[in-house]
Amino acid sequence: MKNKIAKIVTTLAVVIGVGFSGLATVEAGEDNYTYTYDYWGDVQESPDVYSVAKVYTYKDLGLSQNISNAESLFVAGDNVYICDTGNNRIVVLQRKGADDFEVVREISQIKGADINTLSEPADVAVSDDGYIYIADRGNARILKVDMDLNYVLQFNKPVDLALTEDSVFKPDKIVIDTAGRVYCSAKGINKGLVKYENDGTFSGFVGATRVAYNFTDYLWKKFASQEQRAKMESFVPTEYDNVYMDSEGFIYACAGGMEEEDLKAGTVDAVRKLNMLGSDILVRNGAYYDGDFPVYGDLYWGGGGGISGPSYFKDVTVLDNDLYVCLDQNRGRLFGYDDQGRMVYAFGGSGNMDGYFRKPVSIEHMDKDLLVLDQLDCSITLFIPTEYGSLIYTAMDQFEHGEYDAAQASWEQVKMLNGNYSLAYIGIGRSLLRKGEYKEAMPYFEAKYDDENYSRAFQQYRKQWIRENLIGIVVIILALFLVPMGIGRVYQIKEEIDNADIFKLRRK
Amino acid sequence: MARAYQKEESKEVIKERRAQQKKRYLESLKFGFYCMTHPIDGFWKLTHEKKGTIGAATTILIVTILVRILKLRYTSFLFLQVYWEDINIFLYIASILFPLALWVIGNWALTTLFDGKGRLGDVYMGTCYGMLPYAVIQFPLMIVSNFVTIEEGQFYEVLSVISLILCLLLIVNGLAQVHAFSPGKNLLFTVASLFAMLVMIFILMIFFSMISQGVAYFISIGRELMFRI
Repeated sequence: MKNKIAKIVTTLAVVIGVGFSGLATVEAGEDNYTYTYDYWGDVQESPDVYSVAKVYTYKDLGLSQNISNAESLFVAGDNVYICDTGNNRIVVLQRKGADDFEVVREISQIKGADINTLSEPADVAVSDDGYIYIADRGNARILKVDMDLNYVLQFNKPVDLALTEDSVFKPDKIVIDTAGRVYCSAKGINKGLVKYENDGTFSGFVGATRVAYNFTDYLWKKFASQEQRAKMESFVPTEYDNVYMDSEGFIYACAGGMEEEDLKAGTVDAVRKLNMLGSDILVRNGAYYDGDFPVYGDLYWGGGGGISGPSYFKDVTVLDNDLYVCLDQNRGRLFGYDDQGRMVYAFGGSGNMDGYFRKPVSIEHMDKDLLVLDQLDCSITLFIPTEYGSLIYTAMDQFEHGEYDAAQASWEQVKMLNGNYSLAYIGIGRSLLRKGEYKEAMPYFEAKYDDENYSRAFQQYRKQWIRENLIGIVVIILALFLVPMGIGRVYQIKEEIDNADIFKLRRK
Repeated sequence: MARAYQKEESKEVIKERRAQQKKRYLESLKFGFYCMTHPIDGFWKLTHEKKGTIGAATTILIVTILVRILKLRYTSFLFLQVYWEDINIFLYIASILFPLALWVIGNWALTTLFDGKGRLGDVYMGTCYGMLPYAVIQFPLMIVSNFVTIEEGQFYEVLSVISLILCLLLIVNGLAQVHAFSPGKNLLFTVASLFAMLVMIFILMIFFSMISQGVAYFISIGRELMFRI
């Protein structure tokens, strides 16, 4: 009897053990580094698009003092500017080799201003004509200095009715356009980006985020008393977390911390592309069974490991081929979208390993390489494209330049490496479409449910087919009319003969 | 000898009856199209003048199910995207048959208490004949869908909706004729039948959960005994 109980206990233990280990392996299997979504929104594992070349800490760079609370990166040519916010300095690195960065200088003092030190520099930008702009948050100003750090100009708190006099101006992220105008997202200002002319005058706000409010809140507010209303959350636009100006002068702005249902309903945007008027012109054309593919990072927001909720886009950078990469602070992931708003890749995760992040705050690119700044880890991670990633970029560039044969070949190679990749099929199809091989292009679009491109190809194919078979079609249509008419005529003649008087007479 | 003669005669009778049945079946099938174009007259004659047959009604039902299944595969992906991993053909068929059964039983059970002239078979017949437009419109639509682009697809959506609305109207009107109800009374009983369906689903759910709990109880007793011995 005892033996039996012992047996049962051991079997139970084994069963439970196997059960738990099974769970563990399933979880490990789900967490793949690089992935994409297919038409149905299912996660498709993918070969790595980027690999970590190196992770740089202050020691690797040769700095004497650790980076503290750094908030932003900026790349100008070969130079990388790190906003070392906690140490009130800006570190300038120069890229000497593939994975070799050297400190060129540290900016903590400027010349010729009232206050010559920096205080909590939040962002830095360099214009094409060689001026450095610094969002000097602690001193409530945006500085414009030349390359030798001589004070040129200062952008102050905007004078606007919406801003009370005692509120402190906190410039956060800045971009400079080719004409020297400054666009700034400031903490506490939710009317959009603060726009300054190149002479330092404030000229208005552009591109406020859309305001989402739900109807029940609105109703409650209608019936609430004055005091209750004051306590409620007001329906105001959110501030942008970061801005980036692409090579054509469009501003990409991202914001996080949106409500889940607003994101799902599409009433708020995680990323926007602003034109000069401040309206959103981001294309969201990715095919998705539930409408267009949403540009907000992860589709599934399940909790786990203390992480839940939608992706929090902290920064965005735009490559030269109009592919933009968004940095998700929530799960430490990078999401690449092409100019049509289709997800090209997603990778990363949170953790301490190389290629994983603890609190990524800023992303920049040098050609196709990506640099990510981690605030908690005080490090910069350099990603370089893998063979697979380079192939995708090559294929995109070739298509952009009209080399459709080459683009098709490159996409075929991508497809060989990753058969689950929707964009490869659509890429092949689009190349064929441009080459005029409509019939060949159709199955590629059909396989990945790209209805618009399929319709385009099919329309041309149908036109071709009708032109080639015109004679046959005309003959069939004529036959459809003539044969019944002919048969009717034959019957008529037969009836006339049958009813003719001569035959009637004879019959009688 | 006499017996053999008699047998032969009955064989002939059976043969004749079969031929008659076949003729009646084909005519009743054809009558479905008459019902479609003359809903009031057609559905009245369907049961009151015995123009319809259960066989034809079942045929229409099977054709409807077949068209619904064929649609999955042969409609252009522009209009119907199928997530094949989730398709279970038996569940898919049941998704028509189960509500139909509930509807027929619910409607019959209610109307039979309130002067409805239709018997269970008549209700079934009326409902099935009412489903004919679905197959008649959806089948050609399915073929045509492969020859149009997404911009030209508007008419697909419109016709598709029309076919469903037509079915709905025919079924509701058909049952009014079958039961010889006035339109208002019929509408009342249509809504009541829907409630009857809900009630039946509720009872079925209770029934199955009770059964499964009961079974689980005996299984656990059995297990307990096995562990003890």
